[in-house]
Amino acid sequence: MLSTGLNRREFIKISALLGLGGSVPMLGGCTPRPLPGEGEVSRVPTFCDMCFWKCAGFAHTEDGQPWKIIGNDVDLHSEGRLCTRGTAGMGSYQDPDRLKRPLLRETGADGVQTFREVSWDEALNFIADRLKSIAQRHGADRTALLNHGYGAAHFQHLMKAYGSGSIAEPAFAQCRGPRDVGFELTFGESVGSPERTDMEHSRCIVLIGSHIGENLHNGQVQTLAEAMRRDATLITVDPRFSVPAGKSKYWLPIKPGTDIALLLAWMHVLIDEDLYDRDYINRYATGFEQLKQHVARYSPEWVYLETGIDPDTIRKTAREMAAAAPATLIHPGRHTAWYGDDTQRSRAIAMLNALLGSWGRQGGLYMKESVSLPKYPLPAYPAPKSDFRAAHGNRFPFANAGVTNAIVEASIGADAHYKAWLVYGTNLPMTIPGIRPQLQAAIDSLELVVVVDTMPSEITGYADVVLPECTYLERYDDLRNSGERHPSLALRMPVFEPSYDSKPGWWMAKQLGLRLGLEKYFPWEDYAEVIDWQLKQVGSSLDEMKKIGVKNFPRTRPKYFAPKQEVSFPTPSGKIELYSQQLADKGFDPIPEYTRPEQPPQGFYHLNYGRMPAHTFGKTTNNHLLFQLAPENTLWVNPLVASERGLENGEYVRLSNPEGIVSNKIRVRVTERIRPDSVFMAHGFGHRSRRLRLTHDLGADDSELMTNVKIDPLMGGTGMRGNFVTIIKETV
Amino acid sequence: MLEEILITARSNPHIDPVLEVWNWQISVYLFFGGLTAGIMFFSALMQVLNKDREAPFAANGLALLGPIVLSLGMTTLFLDLSHKLFVWRFYTTFQPTSPMSYGAWILVLFYPVSVLQILSTLRKGYPMVVSYTERVPLLPQLLNLMETYRRPIAWMALPIAVGLGVYTGILLSAFSARPFWNTGLLGPLFLVSGLSTGAALTALIARQHSERQLFTRIDIGLIVAEMLVVALMLINLSTGARPQLEAAEKLLGGSYTMVFWGAFVAVGLLIPLLLETFELRGLMRSAAVLAPVLVLAGGYALRVIAVDLGQETTWINYESEFNPQLLERLR
Amino acid sequence: MARYGMVIDTKLCIGCADCVVACKTENKVPEGLNRDWVVEATQGTYPNLETEFRSERCNHCSNATCVTMCPTGASHHWKGTNIVLVDPNKCTGCKACISACPYDARLIMHPEGYIDKCTFCHHRVEKGMDPACVSACPTKCMHFGLLDDPNSEVSQLLRTRKHKVLAPETGNDPNVYYLI
Ligand SMILES: Nc1nc2c(c(=O)[nH]1)N[C@H]1C(S)=C(S)[C@@H](COP(=O)(O)OP(=O)(O)OC[C@H]3O[C@@H](n4cnc5c(=O)[nH]c(N)nc54)[C@H](O)[C@@H]3O)O[C@H]1N2
Ligand SMILES: Nc1nc2c(c(=O)[nH]1)N[C@H]1C(S)=C(S)[C@@H](COP(=O)(O)OP(=O)(O)OC[C@H]3O[C@@H](n4cnc5c(=O)[nH]c(N)nc54)[C@H](O)[C@@H]3O)O[C@H]1N2
Ligand code: SF4
Ligand code: SF4
Ligand code: SF4
Ligand code: SF4
Ligand code: SF4
Ligand SMILES: [Mo]
Repeated sequence: MLSTGLNRREFIKISALLGLGGSVPMLGGCTPRPLPGEGEVSRVPTFCDMCFWKCAGFAHTEDGQPWKIIGNDVDLHSEGRLCTRGTAGMGSYQDPDRLKRPLLRETGADGVQTFREVSWDEALNFIADRLKSIAQRHGADRTALLNHGYGAAHFQHLMKAYGSGSIAEPAFAQCRGPRDVGFELTFGESVGSPERTDMEHSRCIVLIGSHIGENLHNGQVQTLAEAMRRDATLITVDPRFSVPAGKSKYWLPIKPGTDIALLLAWMHVLIDEDLYDRDYINRYATGFEQLKQHVARYSPEWVYLETGIDPDTIRKTAREMAAAAPATLIHPGRHTAWYGDDTQRSRAIAMLNALLGSWGRQGGLYMKESVSLPKYPLPAYPAPKSDFRAAHGNRFPFANAGVTNAIVEASIGADAHYKAWLVYGTNLPMTIPGIRPQLQAAIDSLELVVVVDTMPSEITGYADVVLPECTYLERYDDLRNSGERHPSLALRMPVFEPSYDSKPGWWMAKQLGLRLGLEKYFPWEDYAEVIDWQLKQVGSSLDEMKKIGVKNFPRTRPKYFAPKQEVSFPTPSGKIELYSQQLADKGFDPIPEYTRPEQPPQGFYHLNYGRMPAHTFGKTTNNHLLFQLAPENTLWVNPLVASERGLENGEYVRLSNPEGIVSNKIRVRVTERIRPDSVFMAHGFGHRSRRLRLTHDLGADDSELMTNVKIDPLMGGTGMRGNFVTIIKETV
Repeated sequence: MLEEILITARSNPHIDPVLEVWNWQISVYLFFGGLTAGIMFFSALMQVLNKDREAPFAANGLALLGPIVLSLGMTTLFLDLSHKLFVWRFYTTFQPTSPMSYGAWILVLFYPVSVLQILSTLRKGYPMVVSYTERVPLLPQLLNLMETYRRPIAWMALPIAVGLGVYTGILLSAFSARPFWNTGLLGPLFLVSGLSTGAALTALIARQHSERQLFTRIDIGLIVAEMLVVALMLINLSTGARPQLEAAEKLLGGSYTMVFWGAFVAVGLLIPLLLETFELRGLMRSAAVLAPVLVLAGGYALRVIAVDLGQETTWINYESEFNPQLLERLR
Repeated sequence: MARYGMVIDTKLCIGCADCVVACKTENKVPEGLNRDWVVEATQGTYPNLETEFRSERCNHCSNATCVTMCPTGASHHWKGTNIVLVDPNKCTGCKACISACPYDARLIMHPEGYIDKCTFCHHRVEKGMDPACVSACPTKCMHFGLLDDPNSEVSQLLRTRKHKVLAPETGNDPNVYYLI
């Protein structure tokens, strides 16, 4: 081919992954591939573990080979439709790079440390011996469980039975902790997961950051789509022209980090123009007068200077919200660990919802309900000598769950509190921003680090023992029983036998339990017994669930407040707390204050990051199906930045932060969809583990550039968005 | 600004990032196909016109080259197929809307007629084989018979030659999906070029000076015609729809400018035209070899440009957000 | 001739590419190949922008140039409908149909080498089901049905909503519509 200068190659070898074998065409008739579904098809219920939404579906095999996974029609989380990642679940099961056998760290004669494949017995005995020794010398409470994901429950059970109270997941300090604490401080309750957003009935939805559409939490996407179909007014506040921004009537391209100012201005307008739900506030809330005084200062004109959102737009959008109230949802968001003032921002969001009367109202935030499912009868757990608060000292008074980063810090040094870690399903070096130096120091101090994972993720490199778990398609886990629109249960059961020498988490937990003398907490042979017992208590059975996958139950309580209903909120005052005495008592702002965020130094940009639909963080980038959609992340830069820096669309650059940390290479995408003061990338790329053969070294990792982490003083959240980067052109 | 991109990495081989289903195999085939048409056309023409004296080689020797050249072309055509064992499927059907189907059948018509044509001129064209042919039983009788029907056979060959020429010409132009090809002028251009290469080949090989002069003169006429068609085509493209303009831009300043103006227009048309004119005036002896060689090279360059550029012009062509080459890691 | 069509609402499409994975798994499309894909088109200058997402595939053209150009009849309209299929047993791999498709909708199957493409999931349509991509789409922005039935959902959508097809200039008469 002449003159195109493009390097094109052809795929010639089909991967064995798909089991499509090479059918050689024969003269006179090839063996055409049969139409899908013509073979022997079987269908097994599961709920998805590709992210934390837990959509129920059916995994299909054809002639014993993996085929497809589709949603379960009666499931509330999925409405019969899985998302991109859920549809690609088979790719994670089929991943040839999966962990295959237990690994034990060994130091060779040459002093080089390597992993040796060992038997389960050897691995489990090693762990049990170390744990017992640590318990004898320091106490069982000095072991922490850092975990994420549904399967973690088995290890939480093990830890609690053993006497450890230090359990932490990134879902708190790196994710939704600020939001949950902010809402608890205001309504006494959090929005939970799945979020109790009633978007399918909303007439106005305000998204602050939440990039639903890129954030593919299925129920969120589907109900937002339903709202769009019904022509609800969408207002999106985002420095980037996110997917929902593109669907919105109003896009407010806010200056990064100034959302609290905007929220206060909106409250200012609602109160100033008497647009708030007076009856609702009178009936349910306390502290309105203080709030009114507080927001008086935050006029749209003043806030304009901070946020860049013009006063007219602020007023217009506030009026839109009020016009649709109470079917107006100020979306609480989910990943809210942004700038270190996040609990306060979330509180402001909660308060705005309160002013509009949307908590407990149709189109706002509904009352969720789950099945009252009895626990399998077991002896009570021993009281741990200390819990996760031991890691906090006198910091983070409102941290009501373990703070991962605090546990890492409390594991550094010879006299550190923690002596052993069990890490389940969380890739800490990429998950906790800028943690790598502390992580290394902690690992050097700890006496035992066990990692339970399915993939050779970076965290496995820090382990003494690596335990290969089978994927969600190869195991039982607890029944899914989340608070939802109505109570429902879903079953996850093995579709396949565990591949290689991997095992389900419940089996590992039990085996460790036996070795630690905790038999009485593990009386089952197979976890199916627990599930069957529980199901029978609520009038179902494992057999039934194996057929239907999801069982829905009627509500026993109303989904919304009745008009003029008396409601006692689980706050100290029993009311919605617009003014928080709890916060005042601990020396924090009782009503959110705005402080101006740090600005990037000359030549630097805000490092913005988020989700891309094709992947869940870094855990799916090696999934061959999803890799084929998005093999790398790209760096979004505004055309002004591109021309100023001489960047070409498609070229590879590196990023550097003010501390001189330089990222992996990343491909430039020149797009108008980003502010000229920011750059954007999806989180989850830039894997360094070479054993992830598809994804290693592709794209850049936002986490390692985050050395300027703003800790939320209320609950320990790691604000990740105060980081700045500059762009370095690759010279190759 | 309009940013229109593929946000799913896709690497469908031969389609991404730009269409490249056809390569040198097709250019070679089209070139040889056109050349074969020229060969058959001029040999048949001279036979019909009884120009044994003025053009002894064209009338009696040229036809033999036809099946040889075409077979080479068909070999590369076969090499191009991606489902080779099913090649016979061309001949279990006739698809009236598909130029390629016509082509397939014209190709099979070509061979028998070409063989008859060769047999009817074998003794005259290749006297050194006579001693051998006379020894083969029945062959002399057969050759006698063929020689008797030399003109009717030539009359049969003429439409096939034209069909072959037109078919390789219009094959590409029937693709409405490829704006550069989809002009009514690509057909005539290929036809003229095919005939021109046929004439040039004859001028190159013929031994008799007057015959070489004759075909040089014919070729000059064809080159001039070809240049007119090229000019028309450029005008046509520059006044066409967006993708056609894009094609024109590639020829007028873009990535194809050098090959088009250099390899095709200058080397393949202008220079041979000048050389041939000099040669006719007896000014330059060496041109007798050089000019036809350049014409043949130019004819090939035209096929390469047409095949490649045509595939690059599309109604829709998205860039990819992601680097599709990364998908090679799947192997 | 029964005319099947797909109607995709760009107002709802979020570019999630679930349709692509759903197709890949349902139809066991080999590694590296895709029968459908997603395009993002952004117009304007920050901050006055408009973004459209489009899930694209074979348009099952009423005037399918891939069919007319196919020399062997391998590319054909299925059972008199507008659904265009390729019969691997007739396909020579001459690739004329690929050049003939203005939408770049065709691919070469590996390792075999015959030509493949979106089938509109005729194996599902035959059973009265929606194509795999349509039934997976989380925003329910894709619709499938008979265009010549005035009461079908797709016909109703086309009657009531503004729409377009891709590159109508090609004259191929495509049957995948985009609501705008
Ligand atoms: N596909 C996919 N979906 C996922 C996940 C995944 O990994 N992949 N993960 C799931 C999980 S665990 C979570 S927590 C959620 C997270 O999803 P969300 O809760 O939606 O995440 P956010 O961080 O709120 O959203 C990122 C958006 O915030 C914008 N932003 C950046 N800075 C600012 C700012 O200063 N102000 C405002 N207003 N906006 C800003 C960014 O431009 C981006 O559009 O996604 C969930 N969904
Ligand atoms: N820089 C930056 N950091 C972030 C975020 C960000 O946007 N940017 N987002 C934050 C948010 S919102 C969250 S929720 C967290 C998420 O943080 P994590 O939950 O740590 O997410 P992943 O990085 O995907 O790591 C998941 C790990 O679980 C493993 N795994 C997958 N399936 C299984 C299984 O079935 N069993 C076991 N045992 N292991 C399994 C994977 O191989 C992988 O190692 O990250 C937070 N950290
Ligand atoms: S949202 Fe998607 S990835 Fe998450 S559980 Fe549901 S289907 Fe799976
Ligand atoms: S699945 Fe639906 S929403 Fe997602 S890209 Fe495809 S058409 Fe659009
Ligand atoms: S889109 Fe292309 S492949 Fe599909 S019917 Fe039309 S021309 Fe044929
Ligand atoms: S490649 Fe196959 S389907 Fe396509 S035109 Fe040729 S024979 Fe027909
Ligand atoms: S209709 Fe079927 S074959 Fe076509 S893109 Fe959708 S899933 Fe794939
Ligand atoms: Mo999260």
